[in-house]
Amino acid sequence: MTNPERGRSLLRFAAPQNFYPLAGRLAPWFAASAVVLTAVGLWLGFFVAPTDATQGQVYRVIFIHVPAAWMSMFIYLVMAFWSAVGLVMNTRLSFVMSQALAPTGAMFCFVALWTGALWGKPTWGAYWVWDARLTSQLLLLFLYFGFIALTRAIEDPRRADRAGAIIALVGAVNVPIIYFSVQWWNTLHQGASVSLTKAPSMATTMLTGMLVMALASWAYTLAVVLWRVRPMILERERHTEWVGAELERAAKLSQTAGGRA
Amino acid sequence: MLSTFLAVLRRDLLLAWRGRADVLVTLAFFIIVVCLFPFGVGAEPNQLRAIAPGVLWVAALLACLLSLHRLFAQDYSDGTLEQLLLSSEPAALWVMAKVLAFWLSTGLPVVAVAPAMGLLLDLEQGGLPVLILSLLLGTPILALLGGVGAALTLGLRGGGMLLALLVLPLFVPVLIFGAGAVEAELSGSGAAAHLLLLGGGLAGALALAPVACAAALRISTD
Amino acid sequence: MQQWESWSAFWDMGGAAFYVWGSYGLAFALIALELVLVFQRRKDTTRRLLRWRRAVGKDAGKRNGEGTMPAMESET
Repeated sequence: MTNPERGRSLLRFAAPQNFYPLAGRLAPWFAASAVVLTAVGLWLGFFVAPTDATQGQVYRVIFIHVPAAWMSMFIYLVMAFWSAVGLVMNTRLSFVMSQALAPTGAMFCFVALWTGALWGKPTWGAYWVWDARLTSQLLLLFLYFGFIALTRAIEDPRRADRAGAIIALVGAVNVPIIYFSVQWWNTLHQGASVSLTKAPSMATTMLTGMLVMALASWAYTLAVVLWRVRPMILERERHTEWVGAELERAAKLSQTAGGRA
Repeated sequence: MLSTFLAVLRRDLLLAWRGRADVLVTLAFFIIVVCLFPFGVGAEPNQLRAIAPGVLWVAALLACLLSLHRLFAQDYSDGTLEQLLLSSEPAALWVMAKVLAFWLSTGLPVVAVAPAMGLLLDLEQGGLPVLILSLLLGTPILALLGGVGAALTLGLRGGGMLLALLVLPLFVPVLIFGAGAVEAELSGSGAAAHLLLLGGGLAGALALAPVACAAALRISTD
Repeated sequence: MQQWESWSAFWDMGGAAFYVWGSYGLAFALIALELVLVFQRRKDTTRRLLRWRRAVGKDAGKRNGEGTMPAMESET
């Protein structure tokens, strides 16, 4: 199979048989960087960053809370992006990408909520207050659940892809509106609350630690999504020759590994 | 183009009229939900007065949600939907007509009954015009957004719960501004800002939702 | 160890041990769980597709769409 565009365009990776091996090659690198960055970020967060003057040690939750919250919002936008690409360009791989992203996004969303609650208890005196950020985060989690539930409920993959894409786009249009409305509702009901990221003395080491952890969660997301997308591609392309060859190769590989053990 | 719109509108209203028992069930559901609250939180008038706008809005929202599955289900099962999608008329147009008919047959009755239910909860009478206005502006948004969800979940098993999961987070801003309008009016700060935002939301939903809904219907019937 | 006098002070987190370690504990537990699920799914899919391919026969690629999949249950 000769491809005149080969080497000239990144677009050839839109073809599943080209993307599949690429994903397999890249994922371990992202995973390794995630491990290194997490180690550096945690070291910065726990051993270099000073104690916060007002909140004491409990503020160290931000090194996981803020990156998780950022990541959960960012992943939703990326999902909406791939959904739009899929609907416009009619590339099946884009839909698969957005479906592979959703569980990780929901996971980060839940982590942000959980850590927010654990941080809130010593700070506000309650695990949950209807703070604007936490509330929008909760609604974002519901949006993720809706997307995942809808794509899983539809058996025909073609319909599932497109229906999921529509709901991801509708959600993405609504996210700013939801955020704005919740902010508005929150200021009317209880006034501005203490915010985790607006600590009065945000030392540079704290900020650095947070950014490193954010990079770590990026790398983790890339790794896990690439890993998750690979079996999804095999499933979708199961009628093709290359998947057959790939499966036979994997079978032989596991056989020799089993024989040696 | 207008004739298509009017034809679909007339047909759907006629169908709604023939199946008016369904409309009455929606209305009864709205009334019963509102009546449950005093049993749940106690009949203390001050407390009821305080929660009345929120209760009325949540009940209206749930009533809308429960009737949403009717929006396309009938046309989907008898094949009308496919015929409409095959026709040369722009899909967004007749989708709009269907949503309007749906709102006239389920949203409007709820809006009409809401003031009476407000009195039941001892809502101050000064707040009633704003309540009606906010429901008039807000429930069409619910119908438009809900239409997209109804189109996406067409013919799925467990579609009702899925529909709720899909659209309830999207309904939150409407709820906030709708119930907030009544509260703002009663607290003396004026409901203009809330109502303007609801109006803006309605304009946005009118522009975008029929297109999204038409695309969703195409996907679901493919 | 600029910030901490001893390891026990570190684990105590200024009295906020439950909140801090509860946050990190859950986060890393969920990440571990996600990784386990992803790799399990990979193994399941490979095995299931292989079985399916052998059942359908070597010309599965040519008879596009024919032959139903056995056990499509693992959609997680």
